[in-house]
This record gives sequence, structure tokens and C-alpha cells, in this order.
Amino acid sequence: MKLRLIRRDSASRLAMFAAPVLALVLTCLASLVLFAALGKDAGAALHALLLKPFLSWYSFSEVLLKMAPLLLIAQGLAIGFRANVFNIGAEGQFIVGALCASALPVYFPDGDFPMMLPAMIAFGALGGMVYALIAAALRTRFGASEILVTLMMALIAVQILNYLLLGPWKDPRGFNFPQTVMFPDNAMLPILFDGTRTNISLIFALLASVFAYLMMQHHFRGYQLRTAGLAPRAALYAGFSAPKMVWLGLGLGGLAAGIAGASEVAGPLGQLQRSVTSGYGYAAIIVAYVGGLNPLGIIASSFLISVIYIGGDSATVSAGLPVAAVEVFQGLLLFFYLMTFTLIRYRIEFDRKVPA
Amino acid sequence: MSGLEFLLAGTLAASLPLLLAALGEMVVEKTGLLNLGLEGMMAIGAAIAFICVFHTGSHVLGFAAAALISTAVAMLFAILVIGVKANEVASGLAIGVLGLGLSALFGKSYESRTISGLPKIDIPVLSDIPLIGPTLLTQDIVVWLAVLGTIALWWVLNRTKLGLIIAAVGENADAARSIGYPVVLIRLCAVAFGGAMCGLAGAYASTVYTPLWADGMIAGRGWIALALVVFGTWQTGRVAFGALLFGILSLGELTAQAMGVGLPSQVLSSLPYLVTILMLVVISRRRSGLV
Repeated sequence: MKLRLIRRDSASRLAMFAAPVLALVLTCLASLVLFAALGKDAGAALHALLLKPFLSWYSFSEVLLKMAPLLLIAQGLAIGFRANVFNIGAEGQFIVGALCASALPVYFPDGDFPMMLPAMIAFGALGGMVYALIAAALRTRFGASEILVTLMMALIAVQILNYLLLGPWKDPRGFNFPQTVMFPDNAMLPILFDGTRTNISLIFALLASVFAYLMMQHHFRGYQLRTAGLAPRAALYAGFSAPKMVWLGLGLGGLAAGIAGASEVAGPLGQLQRSVTSGYGYAAIIVAYVGGLNPLGIIASSFLISVIYIGGDSATVSAGLPVAAVEVFQGLLLFFYLMTFTLIRYRIEFDRKVPA
Repeated sequence: MSGLEFLLAGTLAASLPLLLAALGEMVVEKTGLLNLGLEGMMAIGAAIAFICVFHTGSHVLGFAAAALISTAVAMLFAILVIGVKANEVASGLAIGVLGLGLSALFGKSYESRTISGLPKIDIPVLSDIPLIGPTLLTQDIVVWLAVLGTIALWWVLNRTKLGLIIAAVGENADAARSIGYPVVLIRLCAVAFGGAMCGLAGAYASTVYTPLWADGMIAGRGWIALALVVFGTWQTGRVAFGALLFGILSLGELTAQAMGVGLPSQVLSSLPYLVTILMLVVISRRRSGLV
């Protein structure tokens, strides 16, 4: 008897919903065991991670604040992933977006620039996109793997950020901290709900989700992208331009990450500082996958990951867990999702060994 | 100690974590897989090695425990990629994040504790050579073992049947399978080897190079090792050379800062990544026959 994985002709509907739920349950169980093994109060930890964020309006609004960049970046990335274009360096495009947006308030600290905020968002979007398109150019022109190029570019972006913050862009009155001046009021995103930090970048992210849904599920371009990912040769025979898919996948991913970066400095940060590299770009990859690379699924997964971020903060207080518990949870979630995802694509079949 | 002596004495040790992790990943990639989780595997290895040395005082146990735990994490990658045929990019990132998180979780209560490193060995005659004797040629035991191990790996990959089988699996898995080579087993062993090497690399970083544990201490060395494999075009000798080069660069940052060189240190820090992109362009261009 031998166990074989047989690829399904079409994804099982039930499995598509069951896989992420099952992954979440398994992740909770695994973390319970892990936290208990470390001598922590596992029940309190899980309570803090998954429930605390819902227990007050403020912490819930913080979830929505976190959700905006994750959702935005993940929607952009998923478009590329579905076309087998692996943009791993969204973190870099996010940073460059933040840098480009910050240039305006840094050089016009009094805010005397027409259309300050829209210009910043546009700069950020453009910066993120151009940064990602470098990888598209190298891939289509020379065949260089976009996985490695985007990753290297992300690491370079961190160095550019450090250089600017320690050198030319350092706030002269900032007590030598590596950060820029505080942005003027007209460089800040409007707040969505009074008394919270949730800003209109959440609207950007939701609009991006609608756009991604319409394009991927209902537009010919989305069909081309999906075909390029699922059946590259079929896409080639159909005459879909492969380089165009690479440009589109990376360009949209960079654009979304750039807007998210701009929103981060014009939102909760209010200045450019080192903590802009908080790993949203990498977490968004997890969000995209756990959401099944589906625009609707990604809305749910970005919400879940944001809950865990905010819950993780409170778990440090109430259950004595280090912040790293959030990473462990994210890692486990993606691991179990990729495991259970097999249920969608394959069915298990036992077959007798055929003598060769 | 002059700048040159500092570089001579420190380069090998600074290069070692990069070298070990990159050689492991090189073997993984030679079998046709790509594991992006180096950073995480190195981190968990570093944390476990430190904890083990702290409690037992034995570096041998520390290195063994690190190799073991990182292999275990690598096996999670194998389950996903080889077992259930999941996307390898996502799988690598999953175990990378998991490894980083676990390292911080386990290491938390060991921050700011200290252990002793390993002594530098004086080799008679060699250490009497002027300039390079007391610097370049006075290293700890792990450095010498790594030099021997690198030569052994080169020999296995280039001079033995096993090396040919590994290459065959990577070049054309279907063909290798039809000849009767155990493709799955070879890949499984390669992933395990890659994990073990990352564990050793992490162990060296946390118990010998800088004998302390701090969250985030791997500090991107996993990503540099990943770059190194490309830089070295999947050849043992070139990867080793690249490791030295990247090691000098990382020390160069410190020396440049100490000497107050005008060049911003960030330029030096970016060099490995820039060079890797350049390398990637050159080799991909050659391979895809665009020239």
C-alpha cells in the first residue's frame, strides 16, 4: 500500500473554507502546548491573543489601524503570487514608499506645499512601484529571479533608510535621535473615528480589495494572471505575454506597498523613523497566503493577523509572553495553512504497489 | 592592533557563520529546492546553543543541540515542500518566521547572561610567522574544522558519485527518478543538511564569535548567506571565497567607522546585496542564453 496525492480537477469548496479554519485551530492547539511548556499561563495567553482585542473599542480600533497596511500590501502581493511572480521584498517597497512620501514634509516642514497629503501618497505609490519594477526589469530583461532580487532590494532599502535618518534627514532639534521632524498637520491622514488612531488608509485598503476582486475574478487581465500562474504553458499558447504579467504583478505589488508605507508615516508615526521597518512587508506575505490568495479571503486573514498583533501586545502584559509570541503564532499559522491547503488541491489515494 | 591586523584576525571568524549557512543552503539548492528560512534556522540554533552551553558548559553539546533543533525546523520545511508539495517560497518564510519567533521565545530569559567562548589555538611554527601568524593563523578549533569541512564538501560534491547524484536530482528530477535515484530521500537529506549547517552557524555566532544571546542577534546573516549562494554560483570554492569577502565587508564597516572614513557605513552594508543582484543578472543572462 502506498499513499499518493492526486491533484483535484477543481478545488473543493468545503475544503477552501475548512483549510484556514482548521489551520487556526491547529495553531491555537500548538501554541497552547508551546506556551504551557514554557511555563506560561497558556489559557491567559490565548485569551489575550485572540479575545482581548475585541474587549474594548480602542483596542479594536487599533486592530483596524494595523489591518490597513497589511490588507493593502497583501492584496497587491497576491495578484503577483497568483501569476507565479514572487515579490518577497514588499518590506523594501514599503520603506521606499515611506521615504518618498516623507521627502515632502522633510523639505517643506511648514507644510507650504500645494496638495501636501495627496502628493505624498502619490510619491509613495510611485516610489514603491518603481522600486519593485527594478526587479521586473531584471527578470524580464535578464531572467534574474525576482525572489532574490526583491529580497536584496528590501535589505538595501533598510540601509537607505538608516543613511537618511542618521544623516541628511535627521531632525536637527531631535536630540540626535534617528528620526525626521514631526510632520505638519496637512501632511497627516484624516482620522476615521474620533478618539482613535484609525485613519483613512483603511479605506484605501478596502478600495484596493474591491479593485483586486474585480480585476482578478471578473476582468480578462485577472484571468490572464491566474492562467499564467496555474498553467504557464497554456498562458503561453494563448498568447498572453509573460513579461507583461511580471511587470503587472510586481508593479501593482510595489504600488500597494508604497501607498501603505506613505500611509504609515502620514498616519500612526507622524514622522519617518526606524520603526517604519516593522515587518509589515513580510507579514503581508503570510496574510496573502493564509487568505488563499483570494481578495475576499485576504480581508479575513488581514483582520485575523491584526488581531494577533494587538493581542500579542496585551499578552506581553497579562501572560508575560515576549512579543516574539506573535511571530511564533504567525509562523505556525502559515505552516498549518500550507499543510491543510493540500486538502484543497489534492485528494489522498491509497494504491497498491505495482511491480515495476 | 592596527586596522590590517584586526581584519586579518577577525575575518575568518566573522565569515564562519555565513560560510556554514551558505554551504548548507547551497546543497539544498543543488537538489533543486530553495529554502528561504535560513535566518530563522540560524536564530533558533543560536538560541538553543547558547542555552545549552550556559547550562552544561560544553560547546560540543551546544553545537550538537543547535544542529539538531535547526534540522528539526528544516524538517518542517521538508514536510511542506516535499511532503505536501506546498509552495516553497511560502514554506521557507513560514519556518523562517517560526524559527525567529521561537528563538526569541526560548532565549528571552537568557538575555544578558554570559558564557565563555572558545580559546584561540596556537599552532607551533604557524603562529610564529610574522604578521599573519598571530592573527590570521591563530583561530579557534571551529574555524579549522570548518576549513576541513569545506574541503570535504567540495570533494563530495565534485569527486564522488553522491555529488553527481545530487547534481542530477537538481538538474532534472524526473530523469534522476527514472534512472532509479531516490529523489525524495536525496532532497530530504539535503534539507536536513542545510538545517544542521544553519544550526552550527547560529551556534558559532552565539557561543564563540560573540558569546551572548540577544534577540535579533543573527542580524540578517541568514539573508546574506542566501545571497552568498548566488554570489558563489553554487560552487563550494566560490561560496567560501564569497564568505570571506562578505566577512571582510562586515568588519570593514567597523574599521571604517573606527577610522572615520568618509564613506557612509550603509554603503558598505549594502554592498553584499548589490553585488549579489549584479551576480544574479550576470549568471541568469548567461544561463538563459540571452547573450
